[in-house]
Amino acid sequence: MTTTIGKVESMRSVFGKKLAEITQSDSMVVTLDGDLGNSTRLATIEKEVPEAFYQMGIAEQNMICVAAGMASVGLQPWVCSFATFLTKRTYDQLVVSIDQTMANVKLCGAYSGLLTSNTGKTHHSLDDIGLMTMLPNMTVIAPGDANETRAAMEAMYNYNGPVYIRLTRAEDIPNFTTDQSFTIGQGKVLEEGTDVAIITTGSMTYQVIKAVKILKNKGLSLYVLHLPTLKPIDSEAIIKAAKQTNYVFTVEEHYIRGGLGSIVAELLSEEYPTTVIRIGVQNEYSECGKNESLLDKHGLTPEKISGRIISKVYN
Amino acid sequence: MSKQLITIATEIRKGIVETVYRKQQGHLGGPLSVTDILTALYFHEMKVDPKNPGWEERDRFILSKGHSGIAQYVTLAKKGYFPEEELLTFDDLGTRLQAHPDMTKLPCLDFSTGSLGQGLSAGVGMAIAAKRLDKNFYTYVVIGDGESQEGQIWEAVNIAQKYNLDNLIGILDLNGLQQFGWTVSDEEQSEDKRVRRAPEQRALEKWQGFGWQTFEVDGHNFNQLLSALQSARTDKNGLPKMIIAHTVKGKGVSFMENQYEWHSKSPTNKEYEQAMDELNSILLSFKSKQRQNTSIEVKPS
Ligand SMILES: Cc1ncc(C[n+]2csc(CCOP(=O)(O)OP(=O)(O)O)c2C)c(N)n1
Ligand SMILES: [Mg+2]
Repeated sequence: MTTTIGKVESMRSVFGKKLAEITQSDSMVVTLDGDLGNSTRLATIEKEVPEAFYQMGIAEQNMICVAAGMASVGLQPWVCSFATFLTKRTYDQLVVSIDQTMANVKLCGAYSGLLTSNTGKTHHSLDDIGLMTMLPNMTVIAPGDANETRAAMEAMYNYNGPVYIRLTRAEDIPNFTTDQSFTIGQGKVLEEGTDVAIITTGSMTYQVIKAVKILKNKGLSLYVLHLPTLKPIDSEAIIKAAKQTNYVFTVEEHYIRGGLGSIVAELLSEEYPTTVIRIGVQNEYSECGKNESLLDKHGLTPEKISGRIISKVYN
Repeated sequence: MSKQLITIATEIRKGIVETVYRKQQGHLGGPLSVTDILTALYFHEMKVDPKNPGWEERDRFILSKGHSGIAQYVTLAKKGYFPEEELLTFDDLGTRLQAHPDMTKLPCLDFSTGSLGQGLSAGVGMAIAAKRLDKNFYTYVVIGDGESQEGQIWEAVNIAQKYNLDNLIGILDLNGLQQFGWTVSDEEQSEDKRVRRAPEQRALEKWQGFGWQTFEVDGHNFNQLLSALQSARTDKNGLPKMIIAHTVKGKGVSFMENQYEWHSKSPTNKEYEQAMDELNSILLSFKSKQRQNTSIEVKPS
């Protein structure tokens, strides 16, 4: 089984276009910007459906509660900012006004992870999976490519309740998914080998697909499980991956604590005790740097990912 | 040797444009907007010593609108805190000159910023600490007008007034633009639809209403900046001070001025050359004016 690689499409431009379509067809859907629309591409809505666009300025906490109020009257607000400000800056507001009230608000965290156009640690978001999956009513999605983003947004639109979607600024990811529809909570098996399972999410799945090429050349048989939904988690798919292989690795553009690696390790320790090796950002703050050097520094390039796996398997 | 503030500020602007051009990343509009304010502070007003950056009695400075860090770095380099060559490491992996000021990497920074709205609160903390420890230093904080949309700014404003922090001096870089902002009415719009606004209105009344002593100046006029800074320092009346500085985003480079797109954008070769030509001609025209003797004296450092 090999994954077919399609054309490169920018996740943020697909995000803007898809949301413009949704707001065009449903006047109950509105969008709220935290003064970053030209970066996140929420600007597409201002341009194409101006009546659906509200500029909330640089005031994220207020923006979250405004969205909650709108939702309580029946609107479906989509709130967008950089992932770090959208989640950390507003966490109490998210808990109390959105999650506890089960508000039908869609939270869009752009520029997640390390790849934020070289702005450094204040702009990196390496804890948002942890923060958002901690919330009892929240659904958390991290699509792997632009095609999946489009499909996930349609599913979010049709779902009634709070959803957080984690988006990447990286613009060199080709479409490797082909599905037109998205089922919240369902993982996707990309490879079905028997030696090593690699479980990934979001922007890292494409890096893993590239790492798999290197690993296959070393004679390893790989099982790759892509999890575009982190909450609710596809427990069955994770357990199956562990049962079918000898090693389980997780890869994420996030701290290894609190994110995908923790979710997988917690689940397996109760359901099918297995050693889980978590690849991601360690216990440290990140810094400025170009995309490639940041991924390299934190061990998230295909070369570093495959190297880590090889050194474990053939130690 | 005493230098002219306008000359220094123009040199700093050249350093900003040069660095962002060479690295092809970073912000320009905000840094060029705040350059004269930084020049007035570091080259005239603040009690600092580049040879002893950790000096306990030094005045403290916080660039709360941290995305303008490059302007502070060039200013610090010109002041002698570190060699100008280091500017070319800006934004590189491992650099001390992070996109947003990071005090854990560059020791001559008094505070780290980058997430808007937090610096004024830290300034309140420094000012309270100075009073409590009987220290005479002043704390200066520069905030943006877009940044002032953050509720936290107004939380800090309230506490500063409650604790009579007349050793806290804020400067509002009021340039009428932010990153994206709001569109304007059709009448106000230019043909190419590029006009957008950070609609900070009645800044003066707001700050006064919260019990601060206010000054309103042209943020590119050194006579006005220096006299406001001096009164702010010498009026020991228990009131925190806010200098509302009317500025132009992208100041000094004609095609960047008042254009929201230049918030963060890297110049092409041609744009870079034009920008440098314009800044150089400011230097030249100022030098000829200087001969006619309209100078502002700078304290020797
Ligand atoms: C909490 C937070 N929200 C959003 C941003 C992204 N951001 C960086 S600069 C900026 C605009 C700032 O505008 P203003 O304060 O007016 O600064 P200036 O015009 O001087 O550049 C925004 C939205 C941020 N750094 N921090
Ligand atoms: Mg501004």
